[in-house]
Amino acid sequence: MRPTVIAGPTGERSRSWTGRARAGLAEKLPMENLLPDRQPYYVGSWIYVFGVATIAALVLTVLSGVILAIAGPEWWHISVAGRFFNSLHFWSVQLFFVFMVLHLWGQYFMASWRGGRAPTWMIGVVIFAISIVAAFTGYLSQQNFASQWIAVSAKDALNATGFGAFFNVLNFGQMYGVHVALLPAAIIGLVALHIVWVRLKGVVPPIDVMPAGTRPTPKKVR
Amino acid sequence: MDTPAAYLHWGFILISIPNLLLIGLMIVLFALALFIPLPGEKEKA
Repeated sequence: MRPTVIAGPTGERSRSWTGRARAGLAEKLPMENLLPDRQPYYVGSWIYVFGVATIAALVLTVLSGVILAIAGPEWWHISVAGRFFNSLHFWSVQLFFVFMVLHLWGQYFMASWRGGRAPTWMIGVVIFAISIVAAFTGYLSQQNFASQWIAVSAKDALNATGFGAFFNVLNFGQMYGVHVALLPAAIIGLVALHIVWVRLKGVVPPIDVMPAGTRPTPKKVR
Repeated sequence: MDTPAAYLHWGFILISIPNLLLIGLMIVLFALALFIPLPGEKEKA
């Protein structure tokens, strides 16, 4: 089957997959949508700030987590600086969840899945679910009596649900590896995808402003 | 922080006071976000 010939952003036509991918991206996600410098007037509300506040808390969580991973448990339990970064990691996670839930409430009451935005909503749901597992494995990775108690308590719950067949919460190495590598990579990747999908469809308008499928043109934005 | 939190218990509802306070704070924050204008947006309303 012959590949479809698509005109690129500068009018050139390419049959290669990179050329077609470039042309497709330029058509579906032009740079003015990917990195917009203007937004519709209704975005000027604190409700729309909760999403970016969640990302700010995630950045702080990842940075403090990298420092903790480099220095290790003895440092974060004993030294003053280590305890500070341990607390910074813990409280940035609390802020991450608070802002994520506030963002979820705002998007829920705005029915943000309107206008072909269901993938954005579902990616957000998956991020929420993975974040809960990430927080749980974080509690297991503390390397103190609390983490041992949480692991022993959670073991029975996970075995009761059947998930215990795949994970051993008493295995510190497994839990720590999942916490510092797999889950952060999944969350960061999905957050990036979430943002790209927001850029693809535009920010969802409030219910009474305009049809949800409408993407405001530059003339309609401030 | 290592001491157990106090819990409130009504029927089947069992919640720690810190969790209850946090949920209350989040509801207040959400309500404020609905009604307080973003700085610099007043003239455009």
